[in-house]
Amino acid sequence: MSRFGRTEALLAISAAALLAFSPLLPKWALFLVTVALAKGLVVLGLLLLMRAGLVSFGQGLYYAAGAYAAGIAGQMLRISDAAAVVALAAVASCAVAAVVGGLLATYRGIFFAMLSLAFSMILYGLLVKTSALGSTDGFNVAIGTVAGVRLPGASARTGLFALTVGLVFLAALGAHRFLGSHLGRLAPAVRDNELRVEYLGASVRGVVYLNYLLAAGLSGIGGALAGLAVGHIDPEMAYWTTSGEFVFVAILSGSGSVAAPFAGAIAFEVLRSFAYEYSPNTWQLVVGLAMLLVILFLPSGLWSLFTRWRRAR
Amino acid sequence: MAAVLETVGLTKTFGALAAASDISVRVEEDSVLGLIGGNGAGKTTFLNLITGYLKPTGGRIVYRGREITALSPRQVTHLGICRSFQIPQVFDSLTVIENLLVGTGIAGRALEDRTGAQAAADALLARFHLTAHRLELAGVLPEGIRKLLDIALALVTKPALLLLDEPTSGVSAEEKFALMDLVLGAIRNERVTVLFVEHDMDIVRRYAHRILAFHEGRVIADGPPAEVLASAEVRRLIVGEEPRPAAARG
Repeated sequence: MSRFGRTEALLAISAAALLAFSPLLPKWALFLVTVALAKGLVVLGLLLLMRAGLVSFGQGLYYAAGAYAAGIAGQMLRISDAAAVVALAAVASCAVAAVVGGLLATYRGIFFAMLSLAFSMILYGLLVKTSALGSTDGFNVAIGTVAGVRLPGASARTGLFALTVGLVFLAALGAHRFLGSHLGRLAPAVRDNELRVEYLGASVRGVVYLNYLLAAGLSGIGGALAGLAVGHIDPEMAYWTTSGEFVFVAILSGSGSVAAPFAGAIAFEVLRSFAYEYSPNTWQLVVGLAMLLVILFLPSGLWSLFTRWRRAR
Repeated sequence: MAAVLETVGLTKTFGALAAASDISVRVEEDSVLGLIGGNGAGKTTFLNLITGYLKPTGGRIVYRGREITALSPRQVTHLGICRSFQIPQVFDSLTVIENLLVGTGIAGRALEDRTGAQAAADALLARFHLTAHRLELAGVLPEGIRKLLDIALALVTKPALLLLDEPTSGVSAEEKFALMDLVLGAIRNERVTVLFVEHDMDIVRRYAHRILAFHEGRVIADGPPAEVLASAEVRRLIVGEEPRPAAARG
């Protein structure tokens, strides 16, 4: 059982290190890590679904739902505390998932993937057509306070970074505990043999539904944090290429640990930023090549580098 | 003795095919029943009907005085009926102990006993002599071991009625008796009623207290092994030891 303690220690040390070094980071790096961690939450949710054998090409639905819930709360309901709007985002995306998940929980494989994509594109269509929410342009979101503390000017960005790190730490810790629990162990069981799960007395549909809800909640939080970090949200967050990016990062990261999605997301954002900087017209080519190399040489994802290094010591 | 299970006029048709027709059986508590019959005789259909995997076209199933005819496998499992499968249904990408932990975890939640899941899984591992395979992936185990794991999974929820679908199929001839001894030994003193489907008449003769002989969806004989296996109809249709006019062919 010592491995459990080790993951928790790793998470705590990483979170503490991020917070401690944040004053030294340049502004762009602080922004990059905030957005990457926010997206990492969505990828962590995908990981939960993948354990149950399901790949969703529609997590953008909850990413956008969370962002828009946060934006609407800020602009229209005058709730300007970052922590409060993030909590609202989680509730809103779970509420959407409670309905959509009920429909999706009976589907598997390509049908689950395509239907989840279809639902995300429905939201995209709705957002594009809704002029009150800025149509294709979206609208700006601002940070008033962070967990009740008013932070002037640039320090709001640091506050949001700290909130993001804190939430990511809690989410990763919670996910780690969940994976080791009896309830969490049911996901791979469902992936392997649904018949046996039912004959042991558990509901396969219930297991899928639960993991779907958790993934949606994580995505909603991620969307809200990303929206606040960028300061702007638009329908592109629900578009299928955004969802595809999450699946991309999930494969890039690997499923070796609950920390993998966050390491993978940071690696991906760094890679994309530099690719865009040095070859603005062919950056997708660079990202695609990186993916090819990972699939060929690190089939268990970037995280396997860390596991190998630890084993070698 | 009290009846654990009773079926009344149980019928299942698939189009024109009657996989079960008018099966009325009473199973006493703490007995071991062997189900025999040729391929397609309706033995597995009978198990599928009892566990709710198939919905009967007609008739009723009563378990401990309660009608369970329309229930799902999950609900039936909660009431204390469990089964193993002809082709082992285990979790291939999990280790043997993880397989059992999935089961004891589910059972533990039903029994409000979370902490006991690990101990219960270890106890089952020992009872089925699987301790040596504890950390092996279920997907790469030999068939005989997968069979044992499948049966162990069926026992995780401490059923009162255990249904075994061909427990010794895919197991070598010399290991069959050992497997049956192991399985029946593991549940001795637990007042578990066992229904097992079996093709090997030596196994049936040795372990069954009573035999149900199936043919074309009907029960054609029901009684103690000596009596059923001696019946001319059973010998002709199932066991295949008729006075052989067919020998003239060769």
